Amino acid sequence: MKFVQDVKPDVTTDIVYMMCPMHLLKLEEQMKELEPGQILEIMTDYDGALEDIPAWCDKTGNEFLGIDETPDFFKFYIRKGTR
Amino acid sequence: MKKYYVDHVATNPLHPDVLTAMMPYFTEEFGNPLSVYAYGMKAKEAIESARGQVAALVNAKPAEIIFTASGAEANNFALRGIALARQNEGKHILVSRMEHHSILNAARFLEKSGFTVTYLPVDKQGFVDPETVKKMITKETTLISVTHASSEVGTIEPIKEIVKIAKDQNISVHTDAVATTGNIPVDMPDLGVDLLSMAAHQFYGPKGAAALVVKQGTRIVPLIYGGIQESGRRAGTENVPAIVGMGKAAELAKAELQGRMDYLRPLRDKIIDVMANVERVYLTGDRNNRLPAHASFCAEYIEGEAMLLLLAAKGIFSASGSACSSKALKASPVLLSMGIPSGLAQGSIVFSLGMGNTPEDIDYVAAEFPAVIKRLREISPYSQGWGDNQEGGSCTVTK
Repeated sequence: MKFVQDVKPDVTTDIVYMMCPMHLLKLEEQMKELEPGQILEIMTDYDGALEDIPAWCDKTGNEFLGIDETPDFFKFYIRKGTR
Repeated sequence: MKKYYVDHVATNPLHPDVLTAMMPYFTEEFGNPLSVYAYGMKAKEAIESARGQVAALVNAKPAEIIFTASGAEANNFALRGIALARQNEGKHILVSRMEHHSILNAARFLEKSGFTVTYLPVDKQGFVDPETVKKMITKETTLISVTHASSEVGTIEPIKEIVKIAKDQNISVHTDAVATTGNIPVDMPDLGVDLLSMAAHQFYGPKGAAALVVKQGTRIVPLIYGGIQESGRRAGTENVPAIVGMGKAAELAKAELQGRMDYLRPLRDKIIDVMANVERVYLTGDRNNRLPAHASFCAEYIEGEAMLLLLAAKGIFSASGSACSSKALKASPVLLSMGIPSGLAQGSIVFSLGMGNTPEDIDYVAAEFPAVIKRLREISPYSQGWGDNQEGGSCTVTK
């Protein structure tokens, strides 16, 4: 797992406490709104996202930048690809 | 025998237009809103349309509406969901003694789970004093829940003032607006609350549909885990017909609200004026700042249940205390919290009116009630007093 800090996102989505698979549905929905190169931050407490989000990025041609862990939830950073 | 239904806080009949709106979703439009084909899409569209209608009733955003199956579920969801979501900031919550059992019992559950709960006292009219709220806040307080109006005594609480105090200290505020939404103007941004409960059957909608309104940006731990319904915050295949009905009922309530209040208030006032002239019958709750269709009393030396039975024999259907208290044959905790002696609280009676009541119905109720009181007094072993000279002076009617 890649750990990052001080990433400046263009858009933030807070889905803490929302049930699986909202992390993938919100991710897909938000990425459609972004321009290539822009960064999305997703906040979630769902640990299944640790596997799902990097895998989703591989499959869809978006760049998984890494996570920032807080005591209560994870922050995922994804840069929109050009595909 | 003609029936006179004056127990609208228990529930309301379905508005005919609501039933018409619901019918297709019992029959040809039976799809699951999560299905991707036409049946599912139709059901999904119907739910989202209802979400907009319900949001409009309380001036909220559609995304802030989480549909639930009942007001009780919405209340449990609010209390447990916020307490758990914010437990790392503190484990203290405040609830008033005027609350419905679905708040009080959820609060007791939280106490058993390691939270501290402070129960806010109320005055003789049933008001929570914002200054008392201020005094009872601690560094650990994360949530305050105060009902918008108690369905037992009708008093409308000073929610905006409580919110002002809470906001200064970053405390979430929930209000149980089940008794008020659809019956008086309820504007979520104006009240300033973070969470609000409502139930469709309180404004001529169906049972089985209710909502917790959660202000955007508020994190809440789900009560029911499962799928992604309600944006992953409340699982379970949606009760599509009931939600559609709730939407229609909300649309009608918004359009007709002023007319309904203007029609019901004089009928309520008539009942209060007549009862105020009956010996040793006292109004409970505030005389003016109360629900427009709500008249509640305590009669001395008489049991509520006996009043209900005699009134029912005359075709009049009313309630004593809360619906739960009526069944359990015990003094209402709400009335006791207002300082009403337990003996007097046993003599509780609530008349709650609705659009199906005519002025003639109210004349009939107003004529029959004193006769019922007289009959019960004649056979009451306490008709000469409790034996301890206790008076029902804690109530608010000026004779």
